[in-house]
Amino acid sequence: MADICSEFLGIRSPNPFWLASAPPTDKEYNVVRAFRAGWGGVVWKTLGEDPPIVNINGPRYGAIYGGDRRLLGFNNVELISDRPLDLNLREIKQVKRDWPDRAIVVSLMVPCEEAAWKRILPLVEDTGADGIELNFGCPHGMSERGMGSAVGQVPEYVEMVARWCKQHTRMPVIVKLTPNITDVRFPARAAKQGGADAVSLINTINSIMAIDLDRMAPSPHTDGKGTHGGFCGPAVKPIALNMVAEIARDPETQGLPISAIGGITTWRDAVEFMALGAGNVQVCTAAMAYGFRIVEDMVEGLKNWMDEKSYARLDDFVGLAVPNVTNWQYLNLNYVVKARIDQDACIKCGRCYVACEDTSHQAISNAKDGHRHFEVIDAECVGCNLCASVCPVENCITMEPMTGGTDPRTGQPVVKGYANWTTHPNNPNRVAAE
Amino acid sequence: MSQKKANIAAGRLSAVEYADNFTDLHAPLDDHQALIEADRCYFCDGAPCTTACPTGIDIPMFIRQISTGNPKGAAATILRDNIMGGMCARVCPTETLCEEVCVRNDAENKPVKIGQLQRFATDKLFTAGAQIFSKGVDTGKRVAVVGGGPAGLSCAHALARQGHAVTVIEAHDKLGGLNEYGIASYKTVDNFAQHETDYILGVGGITVELGKRLGDDVTLGQLRSDYDAVFLGLGLGAVNALSLEGEDLSGVLDAVAYIAELRQAKDLAKLPVGRCIVVIGGGMTAIDIAVQTKRLGAEDVTLVYRRGREHMKASAYEQELAQTSGVRIKYSAKPVRLIGEGRHVRAVEFEYTQPSAKGERFVLEADMVFKAIGQKFVAGPVTGGNDVLELEDGRVAVDNSRRTSLPDVWAGGDCIAGGQDLTVAGVEDGKVAAAAIDRFLRGGAE
Repeated sequence: MADICSEFLGIRSPNPFWLASAPPTDKEYNVVRAFRAGWGGVVWKTLGEDPPIVNINGPRYGAIYGGDRRLLGFNNVELISDRPLDLNLREIKQVKRDWPDRAIVVSLMVPCEEAAWKRILPLVEDTGADGIELNFGCPHGMSERGMGSAVGQVPEYVEMVARWCKQHTRMPVIVKLTPNITDVRFPARAAKQGGADAVSLINTINSIMAIDLDRMAPSPHTDGKGTHGGFCGPAVKPIALNMVAEIARDPETQGLPISAIGGITTWRDAVEFMALGAGNVQVCTAAMAYGFRIVEDMVEGLKNWMDEKSYARLDDFVGLAVPNVTNWQYLNLNYVVKARIDQDACIKCGRCYVACEDTSHQAISNAKDGHRHFEVIDAECVGCNLCASVCPVENCITMEPMTGGTDPRTGQPVVKGYANWTTHPNNPNRVAAE
Repeated sequence: MSQKKANIAAGRLSAVEYADNFTDLHAPLDDHQALIEADRCYFCDGAPCTTACPTGIDIPMFIRQISTGNPKGAAATILRDNIMGGMCARVCPTETLCEEVCVRNDAENKPVKIGQLQRFATDKLFTAGAQIFSKGVDTGKRVAVVGGGPAGLSCAHALARQGHAVTVIEAHDKLGGLNEYGIASYKTVDNFAQHETDYILGVGGITVELGKRLGDDVTLGQLRSDYDAVFLGLGLGAVNALSLEGEDLSGVLDAVAYIAELRQAKDLAKLPVGRCIVVIGGGMTAIDIAVQTKRLGAEDVTLVYRRGREHMKASAYEQELAQTSGVRIKYSAKPVRLIGEGRHVRAVEFEYTQPSAKGERFVLEADMVFKAIGQKFVAGPVTGGNDVLELEDGRVAVDNSRRTSLPDVWAGGDCIAGGQDLTVAGVEDGKVAAAAIDRFLRGGAE
């Protein structure tokens, strides 16, 4: 059986599934329930200075749904912990004592002054917590006070605070990054520059979930007004995957440990992030949607998958997909695919046809001998994958590479080997092919 | 055979049982259920369901409209193609029409519940009481529509929308035709047929003359001279006979007439029904009478059909409905004689028709025997006098536009040759004929 014990920055946990700093990790009661359910660790909900912040008394969460009201994403306007600092510290200490094999990392957010960080760090250290996570990501409430994403959006601040923390504590320092920025590599580089041991990402994305058309106000609202909140859940996973990959393959941050966050709902999501270089993952929305028990399947699913693939330890697959993420100009222009429709699997809904006919390349026919029949016209198919994307039947439409002959669309021979845009004759800035 | 008197009685059940037995066959979808079901539709291109619908309703579009929170738009999409979309949602054999060809059958052997969604959308509109149609600009033309059933009302509505003045002439004292007098009660509860009729008349421009029968109270010749065009939606006025010994015994009844009585009954507890029922036939009427007598409290109901299950005109779904309602279906047997005791029927003797048992006979005890072996067109009113319509297979011959052999007379519904005995087919006939009549009245090519 695969060993899924995790060691991240020297912090051990029985599995790589941590709960992210968020409402589920706000207090002892929830964290103990999580540990009982089997979570490997938690990042305790962000502590700030006393007096504690206050939360609004209106709704904190909004949701976006797919079919059958399946939750695709949340946003929230909850702030950092609204409980007294001392209460949180006492509970952290107690839980760490009771659950020594689980990881407890404490999320922190105090004003951007060295003294403030210097004050709080020894208090956290005293709890026996395994590390700290600097909350530079929160996009609402705190950012307006010069904290959270207001820090995360300025690489110089990220570096500065990371440095203070490294200076004033022996605990590992994780910098949590905001996605509300043009290029996530800059704050990541800054974190590394400041001596941070790792980055975690992504925090939530600025968002308005919906507009109530009767009130003409954001939904949900507090007394008729709404504000942007942080978006999370399955809908943000593709954004998070890209940002993790950007950092994993950036030569300046290569090797910087990453704790991945962003819509992780299943063991498969977790594996995808780890394949892109994340050492572990943090989960929040899935737990908030379905409860802590989902970790059982995450653990079992991960083990079963690793056994199937003969990976003995997590390190055996972490980062394996990183070399296969590249920039557009390096994609092989000699690689030619054509869509293929499996006629036995096809249910003849015609979605591929209308998508291609209306919005793309008119490369699918919809009738044969007077009957509904959908087939790809190779002479028109550019291999765009739109048909396969809209097909409701899994694996009914596949993209098959041409291995030789002539592409009936271009009339050009399909050649083996690799050629990309950098050397293409149409590229005004082309360089000679090697 | 028992020698006791035929057991026919009213009030076999409690009030609660009557109510339960004759409530909606399928409870309507609530908002949440409708959203979930609507979400299952793939919004097919050139959707097979639309092709299968005799009225060509844009089904994927109305389902999408439900899912986007636009039920009024959904209802409009339905009613534009089928003004009786509400009734059709209840009575269409969707399992052999739209739902039979739903691609979800291939995907998971379970079609989208199109009929239920159609009912959801149209119910929303009717409940809101929103009239989405209006009378067209007056053309000064007058059209007589004979028969206020699905074909006639559909035709009248479409003509009124075009601005023609329409007079609907109906022999009964209510409009609706089989929707009102024939459809099984549990498929159209809460007086839906009349509500729908009211909605259709709500377009304006339609005059109704009730209790006026073609042939008796007015002739085709008179109508042709009084109106610019005539549409005949006459239905089938007579039932086929068994032509067997004992057919004239009391207790041997016409299923259509009994169902009409049931549909009009103010109190089902006052409707007498036998303890042992034998139904002879294999179509929807046979199923409807069998199920409804069972639900009225009959103890044993046996439906006997002369051929095998696969030949039965009632769909597999309807056969199953009968069986799960407690009706026994015997296939491959034909009646040979009705046995009486005094003046009343007591039993029916059948003979097996399948080769393996050919000639073998059996007897079923019966307090009531229902004949449901089809109806036939009463041609007298359109074949007498100077205005004679050509017939085909005993029904009115029409062309593709539902025009009869007379240039200013159209026909549709069950009375025309090739009629499918379906509400939805009648609605389509009325719609097609109205379009042709409109072209004719406007002097266009016809």
